Amino acid sequence: MNIPFPDLTPAIPEIIISMVATFLLIAELVAKNKSPLGYIGIATAAIVMYLLPVSRGETFGGMFISDSYSTYFKLIFLINLILTILISLKYIHKEKADYGEYYSLLLFATAGMMLMASAKDLIILYLGLELMALSTYILAGIKRHDIKSNEAAIKYFLLGGFSSALLLYGMSLLYGITTTTDIYKIAQYLQQKETTPVLLLSMSLIAVAFAFKIAAAPFHMWAPDVYEGAPTSVTAFMSVGPKAAGFAVIGRVFYVAFYNLQTDWTAVFIAIAILTMAVGNILAIVQTNIKRMLAYSSIAHAGYALLGVIAGTNEGLNAMMTYLLIYAFMNIGAFAIVILLHKGEEIKDYDGLAKSHPLVAAIMLVFMFSLTGIPPTAGFIGKFNVFMAAINAGYTWLVVIAVIFSAISAYYYLRIVMNMYMKNMTEEVKIISSLALSGAIFITVIAVLVIGIIPSLVII
Amino acid sequence: MHDNGHNSTEHTVENGKKGQSCYQVLTAVFIIPTLAILFFLGILSTEQIKYPVLSTVIFLPIAGALFIFLLNRQNESLIKWSCLVISIANFILSMPLYTRFDKTTANMQFVERHDWIPSWGVKYALGVDGISVLFVLLSALLTILCVTVSWTSIKDKIKEFYAALLLIEGSMIGVFCSLDLFLFYILWEAMLIPMYLLIGVWGGPNRIYAAIKFFLFTLVGSLLMLVGIIVLYFNTGNSFDILQMMKTNYPYNMQILLFWAFFAAFAVKVPMFPVHTWLPDAHTEAPTAGSVILAGILIKMGAYGFLRFNMPLFPEATKALAPAMMVLSVVAIIYGAVICLGQTDLKRLIAYSSVSHMGFVTLGLFALNPQGIQGGILQMVNHGIVTGALFLCVGIIYERTHTRQIADYGGAATVFPIYSAFFMVFTLASVGLPGTNGFIGEFLIILGGFTASNLMGVLAATGVIIGAAYMLWLYQNVFFVETNPKLLGHGYGDMDSREILTLLPLLILVFWIGVYPNTFLSFMDASVQNLIERVNTAGQPQVAQQIIEVIK
Repeated sequence: MNIPFPDLTPAIPEIIISMVATFLLIAELVAKNKSPLGYIGIATAAIVMYLLPVSRGETFGGMFISDSYSTYFKLIFLINLILTILISLKYIHKEKADYGEYYSLLLFATAGMMLMASAKDLIILYLGLELMALSTYILAGIKRHDIKSNEAAIKYFLLGGFSSALLLYGMSLLYGITTTTDIYKIAQYLQQKETTPVLLLSMSLIAVAFAFKIAAAPFHMWAPDVYEGAPTSVTAFMSVGPKAAGFAVIGRVFYVAFYNLQTDWTAVFIAIAILTMAVGNILAIVQTNIKRMLAYSSIAHAGYALLGVIAGTNEGLNAMMTYLLIYAFMNIGAFAIVILLHKGEEIKDYDGLAKSHPLVAAIMLVFMFSLTGIPPTAGFIGKFNVFMAAINAGYTWLVVIAVIFSAISAYYYLRIVMNMYMKNMTEEVKIISSLALSGAIFITVIAVLVIGIIPSLVII
Repeated sequence: MHDNGHNSTEHTVENGKKGQSCYQVLTAVFIIPTLAILFFLGILSTEQIKYPVLSTVIFLPIAGALFIFLLNRQNESLIKWSCLVISIANFILSMPLYTRFDKTTANMQFVERHDWIPSWGVKYALGVDGISVLFVLLSALLTILCVTVSWTSIKDKIKEFYAALLLIEGSMIGVFCSLDLFLFYILWEAMLIPMYLLIGVWGGPNRIYAAIKFFLFTLVGSLLMLVGIIVLYFNTGNSFDILQMMKTNYPYNMQILLFWAFFAAFAVKVPMFPVHTWLPDAHTEAPTAGSVILAGILIKMGAYGFLRFNMPLFPEATKALAPAMMVLSVVAIIYGAVICLGQTDLKRLIAYSSVSHMGFVTLGLFALNPQGIQGGILQMVNHGIVTGALFLCVGIIYERTHTRQIADYGGAATVFPIYSAFFMVFTLASVGLPGTNGFIGEFLIILGGFTASNLMGVLAATGVIIGAAYMLWLYQNVFFVETNPKLLGHGYGDMDSREILTLLPLLILVFWIGVYPNTFLSFMDASVQNLIERVNTAGQPQVAQQIIEVIK
């Protein structure tokens, strides 16, 4: 039997990332100082970002596709990777977690996400998802001696495993109905068939599994504990990467495979979106730990991004992608400030920050207003874009609900601003800065402001 | 913690003197040549104006704010002086709007148009007409006064304060000039950030509560308007162009819904009853400059929004809902005035009087006749001048005594004679004494109110009476009666020249508008006429409208 060697061009980014990840795993054994490994990771991500536009097409017997949709998501993942490494370099040393595996796992997780975005087949999708998930489970628990970190890892692992099981169950049902795992062939098959209860069951199971990944209510329970327990740099990574990857597969599977069931899955996602915005925004108000607050805020943001999916149009999909890119900048930026402070996990640690470190406070203010969605920041552009798509698709009432929750969100974001600017210092705030961390903060704050003023840079 | 409250009086006096000498030296060396150059550039050149006026007056303050951010925070006098110079320069640069404004047309003038976000059809479009031009000038003027009045009273985070002030100036001028809804919304919301900080950082004891309340109230309203804006966008053929929207006729039911969506934003800003509760807190707690901007410009933006958007965009809905709006206005007039009678805090009293006065403004606007609308716009300007001046006055005396309780004063006229004279004029203007600007505005509005409905006219007129009662009561208790011992023995000085210079422009305007309102009314004639036609002809079939066009 003659098996032709597959065309590797479309998969070059994934291949490079995986190879470098493997190399880092080995190099870690001999490297005394682990930071160079991080820089290798950044360089790799930069090279891959440069290669993204040339690696287009289908390969591996049509199981893998690299199109503009996946490329945009890969861009988000790579930006996420670069920024995460930048904020990690000093932080994990301080947290005594600078194992070489750290960078390797970040790269593996990114490779998994990229595979998810490019999956044209449910098997590849699952492969990517597990690669991403397993790597992030370990990352969450990388502070081996910290009990909270351990708790985060085990919780994430158990619930993640549970959601993977649901996904597999849904996929096997789908395979049973359609006799194929190719997403586009499933769509063709479903076009000719009536909707059956089993099909709806399989669709719901898959929706639930993805809702786990994007931390949408009522499948968000893991997020606050995991975000709080994991090292802050990993939290930043997890709050953007896996979420965006989840959205990438939601777009692919529901817009393509379940195209015919649009009215059904729209109803499911509307319920999830409303619940997600409600839970995220309302529970964030009462948090006293900023990582937990940002966890709930990231749940809420999944709700806004879902509006783009619900719109059911290309415009909606584009809006969702833009939203996630903008979200990546502002969320990692906020986490970078949390890392910058020597002791910055409690909200009261921010009291009087504007007095002792005016610039840091001003930057945090930009991120907080951006997360609220106040112009002229990028956060506003993201929200506006999503709202526009949803209204154009006829979901004005849903947008009204979204803006009301958005106004509620102002309360807890502004509380940080209030603590920084309007309260007096309770104790001296120390900041631990490094060139890499400052670089990450600089990149994110500039991105947030520039996109806010010149949105043409990101809107598709 | 209120930082202003803990400095000894001696310290303040000393600072004042130092400021004085510094003032004179720098005026001679720095200001005069700068102003002279700008003057020649801007106004006296007989040729075409060489710079885009509106963009300049929007972005000069914003650039100035960035410049101030870069200054060394130790160098306080440089920060203050640059802020003052920038705000004065901005006022001078805005002068062509006064000298070269064509009063005969209702079209937009000084128009600038550039592509901004092509894929959404968003344009960077600016322009002013008779409705907006006065507010641009007023904003530029009041900012200067805010700088001078804060000169010694702001002692903490000076750099941030003056930068925030300039950011507010730029964005509020932008709000009045925007001809693109997207641009309008950006600036409308962007202004919340510095304003929130202004109240929350430099305000009084209860400032955090006031700042958050202000922000949340406004944000909820604005976000509902945002939904309306997007709906409007899709029904105007994917365009945010306000001028195009003014020519589009939307279905009646949609007009009603959109009217309420925009109403949510503007009613909170005005503020109309029953969403006015943020105003007394925000006004009372804000630093003087913040109160002046709130009273002078920010709450005008709500009424301006009605004029610019609700009326021309949803004319049929406006006609249908005008009675409801007038009822809300009259409730605000009377309710606000009655509440004033019970106030013990100087600033809070003036804040509630704003609710009452803005009730007059919205009453005039929704009377939907020329007198009412012209009176409404003029009263917006008047209220900006008079209430702005009253807040400046309260700020001036608060800086000395550190109390706002009316009961802590009494016989202030003997202690501060010049001050009491100024305060008297503004009190009477607020009451609406003939000869002052307040009279012209209220007279026109009540005239318009009577034309629309006798009952509304009568009820509004009772508001004037109660207004006289609380303002005169206030004046009597603060300045006359027996001299309060608390005011004696501290060596409080009367107003210094800086403070007199701050109040003088407003004093002149009070009499100018009071005696010869036509200078300002003439700006708005054509635009108001145009607006009323738009509202009145709405709902008629297209053919009828065309016939009217032909007849004209």
